[in-house]
Amino acid sequence: MNDQSKIAAPLLSVRDLKVWFGIKPDGAMPWTPNDTLKAVDGVDFDLMPGETLGIVGESGCGKSTLARAIMRMVPAEAGTVMWLGDDLLTLSKREMNVHRKEMQMIFQDPLASLNPRMTIGQIVAEPLKTHFPDLSGSEVKARVREVLDRVGILPNMINRYPHEFSGGQCQRIGIARALVVKPKMIICDEPVSALDVSIQAQVINLLMELQEEMGLSLIFIAHDLSVVKHISTRVMVLYLGNVMEISESDQLYRAPGHPYTEALISAVPIPDPKAEASKEVMILDADLPSPLSPPSGCVFRTRCPHAKEICAQEKPLLTDRGNGQQVACHLR
Amino acid sequence: MALLEVRDLSVKFDTPDGTVTAVDGISFDLNAGETLGVVGESGSGKSQTVFAMMGLLAQNGNATGSVKLDGQEILNLPLTQLNKIRAEKIAMIFQDPMTCLNPYLKVSDQMAEVLTHHHGLSKSDAVKRSVDLLDAVRIPEAKKRINMYPHEFSGGMRQRVMIAMSLLCKPDVLIADEPTTALDVTVQAQIMDLMSDLQKEFNMAIVLITHDLGVVAGSCKETLVMYGGQQMEYGTTEGLFEMPTHPYTMGLLKAVPRLDVESAKLATIPGSPPNMMNMPKGCPFAPRCDFADATCFERRPTLDGVAGRKVRRRACLKSLEELA
Repeated sequence: MNDQSKIAAPLLSVRDLKVWFGIKPDGAMPWTPNDTLKAVDGVDFDLMPGETLGIVGESGCGKSTLARAIMRMVPAEAGTVMWLGDDLLTLSKREMNVHRKEMQMIFQDPLASLNPRMTIGQIVAEPLKTHFPDLSGSEVKARVREVLDRVGILPNMINRYPHEFSGGQCQRIGIARALVVKPKMIICDEPVSALDVSIQAQVINLLMELQEEMGLSLIFIAHDLSVVKHISTRVMVLYLGNVMEISESDQLYRAPGHPYTEALISAVPIPDPKAEASKEVMILDADLPSPLSPPSGCVFRTRCPHAKEICAQEKPLLTDRGNGQQVACHLR
Repeated sequence: MALLEVRDLSVKFDTPDGTVTAVDGISFDLNAGETLGVVGESGSGKSQTVFAMMGLLAQNGNATGSVKLDGQEILNLPLTQLNKIRAEKIAMIFQDPMTCLNPYLKVSDQMAEVLTHHHGLSKSDAVKRSVDLLDAVRIPEAKKRINMYPHEFSGGMRQRVMIAMSLLCKPDVLIADEPTTALDVTVQAQIMDLMSDLQKEFNMAIVLITHDLGVVAGSCKETLVMYGGQQMEYGTTEGLFEMPTHPYTMGLLKAVPRLDVESAKLATIPGSPPNMMNMPKGCPFAPRCDFADATCFERRPTLDGVAGRKVRRRACLKSLEELA
């Protein structure tokens, strides 16, 4: 699958995407200018058909904002988001709606993302009714049943309300809602972080099966690196709104290119006491700097054990290492 | 004699829908300077077990059994006596540091209060001692930052404040209820590293509750696996991970994706955790267990030793050969 996807044209192509928020400073007067928070600051990546791109990073690094900007749920400051030849950022609302059925989202909190006053049948039918208003009632019903059956929800549960389901089941319903319009791409924003280990494995397997069956492209956002590695073809590492590294999933874990990736990987505890005892953990001191005043040059330099003078002066560009690994670091 | 001896601890809640047994017959020992990991999924009764030990159960909760700390029975003590033991001998840190620190009070006030209450120190001495502790948990510029409010700290720093606060009276036992669940992996690594250093320094015993098997593997000497309020398996962490003897432990270890191992498909445990209102009659894990037969649904297994293993105990009706 990998070799094919390299030849094919990308499904989604994001270039220099910037999302900035205006933040009122402490004790601001009405005329005080806003501070700029650069949540996403110049992100480039491609998503191939049938591929899973994992996005990892600590909280506040801009993972979710990036996803939301692609879906136009938050306005982008600059950049292009090319989707099958159209720049999504320049489309009108109506034109955008045509594309929305091709891209769907799954959210972190399974219960909160389902309307408590609708039955799950209504919830899953809603995207169909919005995007395919010509479908007859019986066709809608058939599609809803089919997709719920696929994610493992029994037909006799269709008239129940979300609170009657467990967390894992709610997440399956969320997946069904995304699948029902037969999208080309699904953005999963921390889809398994609220679930228990045994349930998490069920949902991950389901997503991987569905992707295979329907040829879906996934953007999989998570803070759990083990999960991301398991599900992704390629992984993008974000730090303070900047891309640190993009590389094939195996490559990333075997030979991380960026010091930040290295630190992230070494910090993941391994469920094996022997491996854990022999492992060297690279402990980053200090906290994530405030995104309101990010460090000059390389944003990671304040926590980087290898930082040199040049890191403070110049922002490193994301450069290709020739093996499909792109790294933004002066020293590597 | 172990520092902490828990015997047959059970917690029941009276609810309008009937009695719910959240914890059912938990027993373990913990020695000074050692760490016990308690693993289980949400609703398995991990937190209620330690809440009962600390006397923090909700009004409708009812704990039975025995919890001995240094030979003294501490379960269901009256509040006045409990207050002497808490912080002095046994302290607790929680998952979400923001909801556990008082947002209206400066960190200095919250920390000093512990010392003025328990040791009768003056406010200024108490603050001085608190600054020392904040230094010990590696908060930079502790002297300045002690005068800040909790919201001015980041998540990791708040967890450090809470750890410092729990250590003020040098407790013998520290109970950590999912201390790193709300934190990023890099911060989690910092906090776990800090806790193991502090443990050596203070010779504390730690009960570490978590759902993350990786965290257990890295820091616990012994591990207790809970499911549906009951003990499924108990053993040394190394032995338990190398050769689990309970189907639930086996399933749990296989269901976790690992960074260091390639796997095409994750093994899953079918079904979902039991409803506490309506617990199965036999083994709580039977409905999800690959090995279960009719007896498993009828008879509850007891926690028995495993031949050839010193500390290992397991609650399963199936013999080891049947599980192989």
